[in-house]
Amino acid sequence: MVEAIRFRDDEPHEEPAGSMDSFLDQSNATAVRIEAGEDVRQLLPYLERLALIEVDFPAFGDGRGYSAAQILRENGYTGELRASGDVLVDQIAYMRRCGFDSFAPEKPIDPEVMERSLGRYENVYQGTTDQRSPIWKLRHG
Amino acid sequence: MYQYDQYDQQMVDTRIEEFRDQVKRRLAGEITEDQFKPLRLMNGLYLQLHAYMLRVAIPYGTLNGKQMRMLAHIARKYDRDYGHFTTRQNIQYNWIKLEDAPDLLAELASVEMHAIQTSGNCIRNISSDQFAGAAADEIADPRPWAEILRQWSSFHPEFSYLPRKFKIAVIASDTDRAAMRLHDIGIQLVHNDAGELGAKFYVGGGMGRTPMIAPEVRDFVPADELISYAEACLRVYNRYGRRDNKYKARIKILVHELGKDEYTRQVEEEFTHMKELGLNPPVEELARISEHFADPAFDAHASNDLDLSDPDFAIWVDQNVDTHKNSSYAIATISLKPQGGIPGDASSAQIDLMADLAEQYSFDELRVTHSQNIVLPHVKKSDLYALWQKLDEAGLAPANLDLITDSIACPGLDYCSLANARSIPLAQKISEKFADQGRQKELGELKLKISGCINACGHHHAGHIGILGVDRKGTENYQLLLGGSAAEDTSLAKITGPGFTEDGVIEAIETVTDLYLQEKQGDERFIDTYRRVGMEKFKEAIYG
Repeated sequence: MVEAIRFRDDEPHEEPAGSMDSFLDQSNATAVRIEAGEDVRQLLPYLERLALIEVDFPAFGDGRGYSAAQILRENGYTGELRASGDVLVDQIAYMRRCGFDSFAPEKPIDPEVMERSLGRYENVYQGTTDQRSPIWKLRHG
Repeated sequence: MYQYDQYDQQMVDTRIEEFRDQVKRRLAGEITEDQFKPLRLMNGLYLQLHAYMLRVAIPYGTLNGKQMRMLAHIARKYDRDYGHFTTRQNIQYNWIKLEDAPDLLAELASVEMHAIQTSGNCIRNISSDQFAGAAADEIADPRPWAEILRQWSSFHPEFSYLPRKFKIAVIASDTDRAAMRLHDIGIQLVHNDAGELGAKFYVGGGMGRTPMIAPEVRDFVPADELISYAEACLRVYNRYGRRDNKYKARIKILVHELGKDEYTRQVEEEFTHMKELGLNPPVEELARISEHFADPAFDAHASNDLDLSDPDFAIWVDQNVDTHKNSSYAIATISLKPQGGIPGDASSAQIDLMADLAEQYSFDELRVTHSQNIVLPHVKKSDLYALWQKLDEAGLAPANLDLITDSIACPGLDYCSLANARSIPLAQKISEKFADQGRQKELGELKLKISGCINACGHHHAGHIGILGVDRKGTENYQLLLGGSAAEDTSLAKITGPGFTEDGVIEAIETVTDLYLQEKQGDERFIDTYRRVGMEKFKEAIYG
């Protein structure tokens, strides 16, 4: 498996991420992988224990994972949040805004294009869990 | 009207740089057409039958003379000297080269315009009442709310890969000129009992294959909770809208399948949580934006009188001029439906002229309507005659607003890769057939809407008379529908029966309009008579 692109300083988590069902059956698992159709709110009672949540993108046009990530971060999850599957370089900036801090794309990503894209927009119009100040806040202090 | 500040300008400029980079990678073969598609779509670039089509956003249909002139310049420089105003209050160009697109966007940005999210499965251009700020019947100007929504929805990271496209309309009067309840979210500004202004939300309307009228899901959302409520509506949709079938992916299907009550319950649950997240701009931001929409400096000494001694002018005033909130002013609609013309098309010369006239007569403001016409919202009554003369000279004074020849038509098989049948030639033939002013006038308000396929871009479900082009064993066939309305009396049209050839459907329209004249009581409009008399009688007349 290709090593994940990480935006975290901590050590990569060792435990492999299991399915949602197997996670809910275990009392001590610390990593889980959720599929696009699964309800991420089922994980909310376990956020303190979790160190890695992997959200799968079955197709780049399937945007459910963006909401899943936002919900996890809104509810205080601070562990690694990884986007895997059909993740394209032009999507990483939005995914970062929704709280993903780790990426395991199916197909390799050009790091230069990614860097350019991540640094491109100086400001944003709306608040998300990335805590950047939306433009309206800059306008009104 | 709204003017960009440094932040808005920077966002648009950055988008061009980003898109330039994406186009470069595509042209160099670094990304596949499949991967490039959502990127170009998010910027309004479609691959059509013959070329790329670019759709330029005109937020809530409002623009100034300088912007209008830029649209003419683009038609001249990058297209074939004309543009097509659309039912989304936008403009589109049909003959764009991919390699030109970044430069074209840079030119647009120089006049505070863009093509951001004019297509793709994201929140599209926000539409509104074309008479906003001028209408005598509005309780507030809906555009500051639309602008708040425009900014919030631009580059929204959570809602850019929705199950399907998402359209929002905002109005502020009981008269609906924006087909509000046929949107994914329709918002009507209302006062609550305390006299505060807020938003009534309707969710899950739409046309397309499965037309639905949006039910009301909340009677009042306060100004400082607007964004979190919209976020809640969108989040439920993004999570649970169907993704297994493109044709069942719009929010209307979700609302329908869950039921309005269950959808509303889920939204409310999400909203309870989201309103605590600090997502809403303060009321000062709405106030800042509202200042941009302050009334122009109306002339307090202008006369209310109107000299109607020129009969042709009088006909135009009667048909195309509406009541303004200031009694010395009027709202003038420029019909882009000349006899035998293509609905919504305008040449660069005409676009330039409309820009000049807006500067001269309408405080530098124009509007695009969802019926594919142009509005000059603030014309002094004493200037109307001079305005009309100039319009008439340029072929821009058809006196047919809301009459049968003021039809809506999609681009159809002449341009569109999805179409089954041509729409434009049919609209042109009908326009010729009913050209006689007396005959049109006798038929009164009659909304004719033509779509070239079931995707319903020509709003046929909402036509008093709708026409749907289908493919029948390899030949173009037209179905006739009756009884739709996109106004405050929203209703969906029903198919009369078996379809017709192009000439056959025109004959059928003559049959139903003749029947209307025969059955009409008092000052009933076509739609009123149809509703009273019922489909059967019309069917009998057609298929007899």
